[in-house]
Amino acid sequence: MGRKAGVPGQILGSMSSPSGACPRAVKRFANAHPWWAAILAALALILIWMIFAIWPEWLVDLIGRKKIFLSALFNGITLGGLYFLVASGFTLIFGLMRNVNLAHGSLYLLGGYVGYFFAAWTGLWLLSFVAAFVVVGLFGVALQLIVFRRMEGQDLRQTLVTIGISIVLADLMLWVFGGDFYNIATPSWLSGPLETFFVTSVRRSGDLVYLKYPMVRIVIFAAAVVVGVAMWLVLNRTRVGMLVRAGVDDRDMLSATGARIQLVFLGVFAFGAGLAGVAGVVGGTFQSLAPGEDIRFLLASLVVVIVGGMGSIPGAAIGALIVGLAEQFGSVYFPTYAVVLTFVIMVVVLAFRPQGLLGAR
Amino acid sequence: MADIQFQSLEELADRRKSWIERVPPVYWAVGIILLILPSFASSFVLSQVFAWSFILGMIALSLMLLAGYGGMVSLVQMTIAGVAGYMMAIFGDSAVTTISQGWPWFVSIPLSLIIACLFATAVGWLAVRTEGIYPIMITLAIAAAFFYFTRQNYDIFNGYSGFNGVMPPRLFGVDWRQPAAFYYLCLFWAALSYGFVLYLSRAPFGLALQGVRDNPRRMAALGFNVVAHRVAAYSVAAVIAGLGGILLTWQSAQISPGTVGISPAIDILVIAVVGGLAHPAGAFIGAFLFVLLETFAIDVLVVLGLSGDRFQLLIGLGFLLIVYFSPDGLLGLWKRLMEWRAQDPLTSRIGDDR
Repeated sequence: MGRKAGVPGQILGSMSSPSGACPRAVKRFANAHPWWAAILAALALILIWMIFAIWPEWLVDLIGRKKIFLSALFNGITLGGLYFLVASGFTLIFGLMRNVNLAHGSLYLLGGYVGYFFAAWTGLWLLSFVAAFVVVGLFGVALQLIVFRRMEGQDLRQTLVTIGISIVLADLMLWVFGGDFYNIATPSWLSGPLETFFVTSVRRSGDLVYLKYPMVRIVIFAAAVVVGVAMWLVLNRTRVGMLVRAGVDDRDMLSATGARIQLVFLGVFAFGAGLAGVAGVVGGTFQSLAPGEDIRFLLASLVVVIVGGMGSIPGAAIGALIVGLAEQFGSVYFPTYAVVLTFVIMVVVLAFRPQGLLGAR
Repeated sequence: MADIQFQSLEELADRRKSWIERVPPVYWAVGIILLILPSFASSFVLSQVFAWSFILGMIALSLMLLAGYGGMVSLVQMTIAGVAGYMMAIFGDSAVTTISQGWPWFVSIPLSLIIACLFATAVGWLAVRTEGIYPIMITLAIAAAFFYFTRQNYDIFNGYSGFNGVMPPRLFGVDWRQPAAFYYLCLFWAALSYGFVLYLSRAPFGLALQGVRDNPRRMAALGFNVVAHRVAAYSVAAVIAGLGGILLTWQSAQISPGTVGISPAIDILVIAVVGGLAHPAGAFIGAFLFVLLETFAIDVLVVLGLSGDRFQLLIGLGFLLIVYFSPDGLLGLWKRLMEWRAQDPLTSRIGDDR
């Protein structure tokens, strides 16, 4: 597989810096595509107005009440956070090892079950994340040592093996855990809604009605953001991150300079798998765990990564946001084809930008 | 050097024989057994084991054509078969009379194949824009999209329940629903597609496709349109998959979203890979094994003291073992066994000393 050497960290790090480089990137984009920049800016302004303004009558007649719109928006964003957790591990593993791990959805579900039983056993919700991360991460280490290390460079064979693993894991989990729905209980300090400062409507008496939103979703979204920023910091500001970025750009050169690339691979695989496990606990908390969820989240991360661009962490974030929003708005405004909408987005992106929105070629 | 010359001489001698003499004895044996099978096999074996193997084999064959000669692994072949089957149910006859048009077979069959072909061409155009592992992911996502779409759409695809009562037409005074007649129908089309793929592998298009698989840049430099060859491979494979899809719809007399789901799509990949992607025969060998497993695994599992539900585990483990130890499938295993037996124990050179 030919890959282009570029500026180190071009794939993983581009467009992602929170402070200095971001305005520069925006400026570059605006200079290169003035029309697109204008359209995007106008859309952003409309969106901000729709979030903060009190909706006039005609808008309510047109697309329904503001509360529905706002909760679809927030549900989409939090769902995007969950998708980001799943897909970022997937894209990190792909970016470094060129290994499409089609068992990623199974790792998600495994993490969810581990978290459920750990939380039910100890009653410690927060520690169940650690448990899922460790167990699924160790599972990832085993996968890397037993399977992927032995067939390095054989992309197709690795992919087929991961399909086999996902079939076997799905059936084993069905065997052990049965076909029931599992729901991880939210701890009491997180349950219940939080009153936000977003106005949804005005009562006749003149009082403003504020949007109430589940606390746990807000916390989980914040956690996803923290994970994303931490990943970015580790990748761009530490020695390990430097090794990973160098490995993404040119694996062979890195190993020739004496870096212990197998150790880096092992670490990245364990981290990516562990992240999928953590996402499983998150998913089990604000959705539910059941057989078939593995395929659902595998497909979601595939679409997220194809839309965002393979191997790009910022791309995964944007892709996850787009897919999450599309799913939620779709299910609110045209429920019949909501599931298909995400795939339509994928096809459109593929047709015009095959490498994904932030993918590097 | 001597070996090569010897081989070419042998080939020359081979060419002097008439075409009947050149058919390998294995083909005669398999052909005769398959032709006389209905005289002693039960109707269950005919339609549930053999006809089903031929049908799955045809769909896997279309994947073998893409993956083996074109180097493009596609998970969308079952979906293409499903498109043809759905179109057959929509344009032809089914129990859902509000949607089915009831057009005669000579309109509905070609129309179904053409639509399947157009669909595959569009998918191929999307998939070949990327390289390496991406087409697998893209085709998997498209297969999933089609599955969800058919499940949600009630106007055209009749949603969750799909179509039942899709019967083959009565033609030439034969009721093609009869097990023996349906068996011969499937055998005919499977043999035809098998021969077609074998022919294609030596025809200019097939050779160019294999060139594109091995070195796309060199083929482009030689003046071949790489993208067009790849997309055309998708279209050609779609005809085989579409025929398989129509037969599959007739075999079970129904088509529903479950037919085109994600696990059937992966089953086709399992069949093609387990059989072996190097030769068209692999698709049918894999399909036969899969059908045997699917039909009799439950009994075997019960005998072993496990519950019959663990069928998927058996399939998955078998697939995993094959991929792990023999990436070119059972055919590759067989070839290596033959080579090992032909190896001289002293010089470890391959080839017998005639």
